[in-house]
Amino acid sequence: MSDNAVDPDEVRHVADLARVDLEDDEVERFTEQFGDILEAFEALDEVPATERDADLANVMRPDEVTECLSQDEALRNARVRGGAVQGAEGVVR
Amino acid sequence: MTDYNGYVTTERIEGSDDGPLAGRTVAVKDNISTEGVRTTCGSKMLEDYVPPYDATVVERLKDAGATIPGKTNMDEFGMGTTTETSAYGPVENPVAEGRVPGGSSGGSAAVVAAGDADLALGSDTGGSIRCPAAFCGVVGIKPTYGLVSRYGLVAYANSLEQIGPIAPTVEEAAQLLEVIAGPDEHDATTREAPDSEGSYADAADGDVDGLSIGVPTELLDGADEAVVETFWDAMDDLEAQGATYHEVDLPSVEHAVEAYYVIAMSEASSNLARFDGVRYGVSGGYEGNWNESFARAREEGFGEEVKRRILLGTYALSAGYHDKYYKKAQDARAWVKQDFDEALEDADVLASPTMPVPPMKRGESLEDPLTMYLADANTTPVNLANLPAISVPAGETPEGLPVGLQLVGPAFGERTVIRAGSALA
Repeated sequence: MSDNAVDPDEVRHVADLARVDLEDDEVERFTEQFGDILEAFEALDEVPATERDADLANVMRPDEVTECLSQDEALRNARVRGGAVQGAEGVVR
Repeated sequence: MTDYNGYVTTERIEGSDDGPLAGRTVAVKDNISTEGVRTTCGSKMLEDYVPPYDATVVERLKDAGATIPGKTNMDEFGMGTTTETSAYGPVENPVAEGRVPGGSSGGSAAVVAAGDADLALGSDTGGSIRCPAAFCGVVGIKPTYGLVSRYGLVAYANSLEQIGPIAPTVEEAAQLLEVIAGPDEHDATTREAPDSEGSYADAADGDVDGLSIGVPTELLDGADEAVVETFWDAMDDLEAQGATYHEVDLPSVEHAVEAYYVIAMSEASSNLARFDGVRYGVSGGYEGNWNESFARAREEGFGEEVKRRILLGTYALSAGYHDKYYKKAQDARAWVKQDFDEALEDADVLASPTMPVPPMKRGESLEDPLTMYLADANTTPVNLANLPAISVPAGETPEGLPVGLQLVGPAFGERTVIRAGSALA
């Protein structure tokens, strides 16, 4: 095994940071796959530091009120609505 | 519906009565928002999501008179090279039995290849238009970053992706590009292309006399033998029509696919945070701690490839690893850009096989994500460099499997790649 080996606790920790629950068998598969994938990413070590001077300008516009979706249209996918607080079933009651 | 599972939804959307696309059907990838018609991104998470507005490209299609026959199947959130990760089932390759159609815009390429739609829109983050176009024997264009509005495209990796056309011929792809291209006040990354003569379709005149083609040797090394032979046959064809070619070195592209995956996964880990069952997505209705209920909703709503990329992106951005992965990947991206710019000073276009392999057998990529990622070696550098590229059919392997030829041009050089590609298709 290389020093890139990932252990199951690391996978669980990252899953926790990412707010994704995993089944035990997923943790097992990801542990093995992440070791291989991160080892491949290791090749980036050989990349020289490179100047990154993108010639870009910010695009600005006046902050004016324009026509937009109504509250009903904007919230048409929300199953449960609670006055000023809107949300999905189970979170807002 | 189709027997190769090309569509997720087949609700028809009629466009205006006349316009350049009147009487033609344009299928739309299911990560592009359509007002009142569900847009799933190939995910269970968005099974019931109905956008309240049209993407800018959809508005433009409707104004141009196109009819949208349905929303095409895709790898979940665009994450895949085979269109096997959709929650709505895999797409089969309509022109190569038992093979994948390529991805992630596999449904879009398949409906065009099968003749079920005249044209289609896909999106290309690391090859997702060009790969399925190559595998299904049709034409696909990945525009210069900023040519086509991404407003209404459900984001996977914003800094890399563009919406683009898939069509049976280069001329038809160019006609569709004409309709969707151009600045949009809703997408601040769009800009006006520099002035050029004539429409994109006018450029599809097949005239390659005097065209100078660079061939990056790194993109042929390690490619499948039958693919390389088909590629050189197509190059001979271009040479017979008056083009010349020379080999070029692009040392940076050896690191492009790794850089691409680090950047794309990192952006995805942030972009997909909104699918938590409250802001977007199916909630599952869990009680208790919000973070725990989000995590359960995401466990249920996302497929394995999406989870893999969100986790790896979270890892690459986390304290202690950011400099090692993300910062290095941005260095690689800048290096790739420099390499392409230099090579394009001595050549009008750069040519390579679109994919280093012929269409894979169905099912064989699912267990081995790293091998699937590495198949994107020839397409991902173009997204890192923000450049335009076209994939045109180059011929078939002795087994009868389609091979695509990729032509890469300078920024906003769509006409150059269209002209070069039109000599072949």
